[in-house]
Amino acid sequence: MADYLKGIDSEWFRHRLSLAVLVALVAFVVITGRLFHLQIVEGETYRMLSETNSIRLQTVEPQRGLIFDRNGELLVDNRPSFDVTVIPRDARPVPVTLHRLAQYAGIPLGELFTRMEKNNGNPSFKPVLLHSDADRNILAAIEARRFDLPGVFIDVKTRRQYLHRASAAHLLGYLGEVNSTELKSKKYPDLRFGDLIGKCGVEKAYDAVLRGKRGRRQVEVDASGQVMRVIRQADAVPGKNVFLTIDHRLQQLAETLLMDVAGAAVALDPKNGHVLVLASSPSFNPNAFVSGISHKDWQALISNPQRPMENKAIQAEYPPASTYKIITAIAGLEEGVIDENTTFFCPGHYRFGNRSYRCWKKGGHGHMNVEKALTESCDVFFYQVGQRLGVDRLAKWAMRFGFGAPTGIDLEHEAEGLIPTAAWKKEKTGIPWQKGETLSIAIGQGFNLVTPLQQAVMIAAVANGGIRYKPMLIQSIRSADGKEAVHLEKKDVDHIPLHRRTLEIIQKSLWNVVNTRKGTAWRSRVEGLHISGKTGTAQVIGRKENKTEDKDKKRLAKYKDHAWFVAYAPAPDPEIAVAVVVEHGGHGSSAAAPIAKALIQYYLMPEGKAATPAAGRTGRIERH
Amino acid sequence: MFDRRLIENFNWGLLGLICFIGGFGLMVLYSSDTAGDDAARILFSKQLIWFGAGSVLMIACFLFNYKHLDRWAHFIYGACIVLLICVPLFGKYVGGARRWIALGPVSIQPSELAKLAVIIILSRYYSRVINADGLTFRNLIPPMLYTLVPFVLILRQPDLGTAMLILIIAGMMTIFVKIERRTLLGIFSFGALSVPVVWYFLKGYQKQRILTFLNPDRDPLGTGYHIIQSKIAIGSGMMFGKGYLKGTQNALSFLPEQHTDFIFSVLAEEWGFMGASVMILLFFLLVVRGLHVAYGCREPFGTVLAVGLSAMLFSQIVINIAMVMGLMPVVGVPLPLVSYGGSSVASVMAAAGILMNISMRRFMVE
Repeated sequence: MADYLKGIDSEWFRHRLSLAVLVALVAFVVITGRLFHLQIVEGETYRMLSETNSIRLQTVEPQRGLIFDRNGELLVDNRPSFDVTVIPRDARPVPVTLHRLAQYAGIPLGELFTRMEKNNGNPSFKPVLLHSDADRNILAAIEARRFDLPGVFIDVKTRRQYLHRASAAHLLGYLGEVNSTELKSKKYPDLRFGDLIGKCGVEKAYDAVLRGKRGRRQVEVDASGQVMRVIRQADAVPGKNVFLTIDHRLQQLAETLLMDVAGAAVALDPKNGHVLVLASSPSFNPNAFVSGISHKDWQALISNPQRPMENKAIQAEYPPASTYKIITAIAGLEEGVIDENTTFFCPGHYRFGNRSYRCWKKGGHGHMNVEKALTESCDVFFYQVGQRLGVDRLAKWAMRFGFGAPTGIDLEHEAEGLIPTAAWKKEKTGIPWQKGETLSIAIGQGFNLVTPLQQAVMIAAVANGGIRYKPMLIQSIRSADGKEAVHLEKKDVDHIPLHRRTLEIIQKSLWNVVNTRKGTAWRSRVEGLHISGKTGTAQVIGRKENKTEDKDKKRLAKYKDHAWFVAYAPAPDPEIAVAVVVEHGGHGSSAAAPIAKALIQYYLMPEGKAATPAAGRTGRIERH
Repeated sequence: MFDRRLIENFNWGLLGLICFIGGFGLMVLYSSDTAGDDAARILFSKQLIWFGAGSVLMIACFLFNYKHLDRWAHFIYGACIVLLICVPLFGKYVGGARRWIALGPVSIQPSELAKLAVIIILSRYYSRVINADGLTFRNLIPPMLYTLVPFVLILRQPDLGTAMLILIIAGMMTIFVKIERRTLLGIFSFGALSVPVVWYFLKGYQKQRILTFLNPDRDPLGTGYHIIQSKIAIGSGMMFGKGYLKGTQNALSFLPEQHTDFIFSVLAEEWGFMGASVMILLFFLLVVRGLHVAYGCREPFGTVLAVGLSAMLFSQIVINIAMVMGLMPVVGVPLPLVSYGGSSVASVMAAAGILMNISMRRFMVE
């Protein structure tokens, strides 16, 4: 024994060890006593409980939040749906029960057995879904013969319903069963296989808000599995309702106007970046996804050359064409390479290097200053502005207006577009930037690509004096009792530093485009409404190509140009900014501008007699 | 030079108990596993491999002289803390918590290792300060730090069960080596006084969590439901059980985690009071055997170490069984040698190996 430990010897340790054994003995006696109590004293009771297996845990599904538009119009609803389920261990002998069910309810026996087999390997007390969304006849048949169908239940569930079918489908999204990747991602800790989650659109972006929290209850069941009493219950928490900034009547009008063509229309409130319209055509019916879309229908959707599943408003990228001249003009004025009096002569073409760059007007525009050049969309003027600016200064201003980056709207898979710089091209292709390429960029026909939403953000910033807002989709999130449940922060992304004079020139020019005889959108003017805008006609095939071949091709729809129109109104204090693109629509002035005009007119003059189907509806459009 | 006395003094009784309990445990696991159909005997055969590896570890733990542990205590402890710090940085996510870390081809749970490391370093410390008057408050500061560092790290993984175990084991060892009466009273009164103060500063949801932990009936649909099912399983076993492989609660997977934390319910259901009380007796003998090793050891480090290892076995056994019978809150503590799981088997086998080590070298005091 070590000596430095005073008073510590074997006896001391033995004494303490005896105490330890005593403590252990007491603890083991206590647990043995408890075991005796459970197994011997109360054993009978527990044996009975275990034989009937009468205590079960059930889940209570929460009601998913509803989706409304800005005026409180219901867009997405839940409706009751009745599912026929069976608990195998209560339904024994199962084949007999299924035969009876098939006979009474008229459900094909094959379907029942297929569903049953799919479930092989799961515990026999777990319900198996036999037939979803059963109709009245089936329900009546089952209710009437309940005693012949042990273990068969009608499960009342809610099913998502998209009230306006294909309208705003890309924006709203749809629900689908959670997949294993999503389950593994840890983003959805409460979810289990078979649960529905938002797969795209607002349904996905706001899934956590809409879903609510599932409740559970402990129930006692009788021998046939019917619930005798609820022992304990934790209520489900319903999901919150989402109010969109979308004006659904305007949205529907946009969709009607885009019917039969591929394209997109976006409308923003330039005062705050609220998205009024986000339409993409053609669309799809999200209700088809709720109960699981058939393979055939899915194939039809994804093989359609007009790409109905794509949300063109945020995912499709197009050359901006002449709408980009707004950026070139702003960059030119702000960088000081031109001023409002700078004049270039347009003879219908411009020679640069060893190439001749044409203006869309063969005979030329003559002497042009920036205001005239924007109004008449003179290419030659902007070739020279672009040449003076260089590609990188032009790119700087494009980026300030939000091009080349996602706008940050709360929807997935937003495209970022492309704003080329010299460094970008060198890295991408290894070839240095060619000065001539800047000329094409300056009129929006080079490498540049933009989305309709980016265009709307740009024109809204021009309209409101240089504030680039992040587009907002959600007006408010409210709990079922109508109280504001989540506070949404409002933030403008960027104040673009623009001289007042620059804005004045650009705004004046854009007003001229629509309201003067020489303007390219003169045909879309509205008496008493100050619409300002810019047309664009994006070439699908390059100008360089052989001319005769060109003409032949242009007759085919798929080689027709994409039509653009960006606009805002009313001119002094704009309340709406719009961007419209029509794929292969031809000229911006003829294909896109009328759509933008109709939207603006409907929004600002709802009682006006715009010749559109939606305008005939009752009710007024409220503006906020 | 090899000493014959090492074999003569080998603790065959302890080995026999380990084999008995382990064998019984494997049978129960086989039942809990096959009942869950599909996955079939995979867990059973994996557990066999764990036992194989555990045996190797156990042998490794009695081959060297345990007194080296006294010298290596700081190194083992330090390495363990480093591993615990690495867990949140490089660890694997399993079931919502990061507890595992991959060392080459094998994954380990540093928290299991931490239990042993804390026992070893506390044994080293207590064997030097132990005295008949008991420890003073000043004496208790280092062991508090030794315990709290891994406790906090493990709590944050989060692994409440293992963190609490470390605290409990350290507490038992400290009480065993005796605390000065004055200090003991001081600690108790400080603890009692601080509870309301801490309670006052806790946030509402934290209070809820603690209340639910203390009383699972507050959450009848979560852990409360598991406890009810577990009690039905145990109680329905009655005197003679439903028979091997005939447990119905288990077969219907009413029991949560029936092969890990709730395996005792499977045992009690199938083997009845007869079987379950025999198992409890075997566990009691295991703990007594461990204390007997301490009793036989003639130097303080070995004695305290053996007490610490016995305390580890004891607390795991009692907490697990009390938990499945509804006597204690549900925390994730596995039943030694019976619950499925490589780390649990490994740490218990290592502890047994060290106990054998102390026992076979008890006559080798220099």
